[in-house]
Amino acid sequence: MTALLEVGDLTVRLRLGDEHREVITGTTFQIAAGEAMGLVGESGSGKSMTAKAIARLLPAGAQVSGSVTFDGADVLALQGAELRRHRARVAVVFQDPRAHINPVRRIDDFMTESLRILGDVPRAEARRRAAAALEEVGIDDPAKRLRQFPHELSGGMLQRVMIATALLSEPRLLLADECTTALDVTTQAEVMAILDDLRRDRGLAMLFITHDLELAGAVCDRTTVVYAGQIVETRSSQRLHDDPLHPYSAALVQARPDITATAPRLNAIPGRPVSAFEAPGGCRFAPRCPHALDSCREHDQQITELDAGRVRCERAADLRGRLLASYSPGPSSPGEAAHA
Amino acid sequence: MPDEPILSVRGLRKEFGAHVAVDDLSFDLHEGRSLAVVGESGSGKTTVARMIVGLERPTAGVIVACRRDRSRPARGGAERKRRGREVQIVFQDPYASLDPRQSGAVLVDEVLRVHHNHDAATRRRITGELADLVGLDQRQINALPRDLSGGQRQRLAIARALATDPRVLILDESVAALDVSIQAQVLNVLADIRDERGISYILISHDLAVVRQLTDDAVVMRKGVVVEHGPTGRLLDDPQHPYTRMLRASVPGPGWKPTRTLRTSPAAQ
Repeated sequence: MTALLEVGDLTVRLRLGDEHREVITGTTFQIAAGEAMGLVGESGSGKSMTAKAIARLLPAGAQVSGSVTFDGADVLALQGAELRRHRARVAVVFQDPRAHINPVRRIDDFMTESLRILGDVPRAEARRRAAAALEEVGIDDPAKRLRQFPHELSGGMLQRVMIATALLSEPRLLLADECTTALDVTTQAEVMAILDDLRRDRGLAMLFITHDLELAGAVCDRTTVVYAGQIVETRSSQRLHDDPLHPYSAALVQARPDITATAPRLNAIPGRPVSAFEAPGGCRFAPRCPHALDSCREHDQQITELDAGRVRCERAADLRGRLLASYSPGPSSPGEAAHA
Repeated sequence: MPDEPILSVRGLRKEFGAHVAVDDLSFDLHEGRSLAVVGESGSGKTTVARMIVGLERPTAGVIVACRRDRSRPARGGAERKRRGREVQIVFQDPYASLDPRQSGAVLVDEVLRVHHNHDAATRRRITGELADLVGLDQRQINALPRDLSGGQRQRLAIARALATDPRVLILDESVAALDVSIQAQVLNVLADIRDERGISYILISHDLAVVRQLTDDAVVMRKGVVVEHGPTGRLLDDPQHPYTRMLRASVPGPGWKPTRTLRTSPAAQ
């Protein structure tokens, strides 16, 4: 199976004043048509910038190296009309719908704009398609919604409008960047179900970006965990949850409180998550890792294949099967990591 | 458990114009215990927090904290200060609730100066103790908020709230915006503080796993009305009300598959 999306050794540096700061280091992954992959990480992990690089929405002055190939085309080289077409076929839905919609235009204008301008679709036809898309994401009385303004819709409804709009251009890949994080849990379940249906019915590929491993596991067959701008593990979502290979994945699984039981203490990870540009040499997670040895801090870690997964940890084979049991309750007030 | 609750709420109601934000809420909170107020947006949970702390005036109902009525605005500065000492609050967003030009040490010192009659040396000692309690080192407590991470800032907000030596601490989505690894640190700190100081918590939250971890009892609110009230464990393991069951079923976990439950769209807000 050839991949729909191929990201190869992608490195991104963002401009901040006179300097450039690295946010993604050598990221490589593929997504096949109709496949959903979760991209999980904390703040600074570079997960949102990965989506922006794929959609060519990085801020001005960003330095990009490596390759992004979508359906055979070199995304990083696209210009003009080709770039516009690329952005129609790769749709993005962000966390906060209100920040991505013009508050003084009606839903109708917002949804049909790209169809009318890019697709040269007559207004009446564009409106008909918009209404159909709203119905597809479970919105009743679409004709009324199309006449309304963004402030008249709730957050959950507006996020569904964003998804419906993304679908209008008939994309083949959806980049969902924390798109349910700001929603209530019941609305989140609804939006997730809609995305899952769309993938099955339309063969839509999806990059599902979130901080929530469980949520990624619910709709993605495969999950990639990122830390400090680097991929640390890629595995089937189920295996990742039950038998993680990287100490950071294991720590993420164990740090979350459990809804079915009260723990005497949570397995907090000491220190704080860092970005690629502030990460130490050697293994980037080493300062927070209970399993780190001197050699981990000395060598940059490489991705290796292990048990149908890919992991960036020289001790992975060693630690196999022991990670989930190994976090003992630590001191209550962990200090920040030395490099923080 | 002492017989008299540290905080008691009866028939609490808040109207904003024609809209009823909170309708007939009652609960008791005992010393060293924790109560969760759970709900989605529009449930009225934050309005409850604001009324208890004195930022909103109830339309009807009674709030009694530390045996004193606080349903009406305080008369005079001394009374206002006493209320501030007894009940403190930590908000969701530490960016918005800390003065950007004030270091943590100066902030905590100011609270101590306003509320307690300590000399400078004592205030310094207490500031140091509070920093230890929440896990901030010397450099961090003396840094400006912009030089702290989100988790450190939230720990500073907790230290500030504890400086008055409150009996009740209201946590209004205080860990919701934190990264998973940091959230666990702050939840552990909160559990330690409760053990050490016998303080009581009201946790305003939409996150049922956090609620499970930190609270003994929970109130589930929907559109201002309490739909279920009981021990947190029982409420999550065996929810009685259909709305609580729906909330519980919406939480992702092993084997969870999202289902389209809301076939009819909710009305626009």
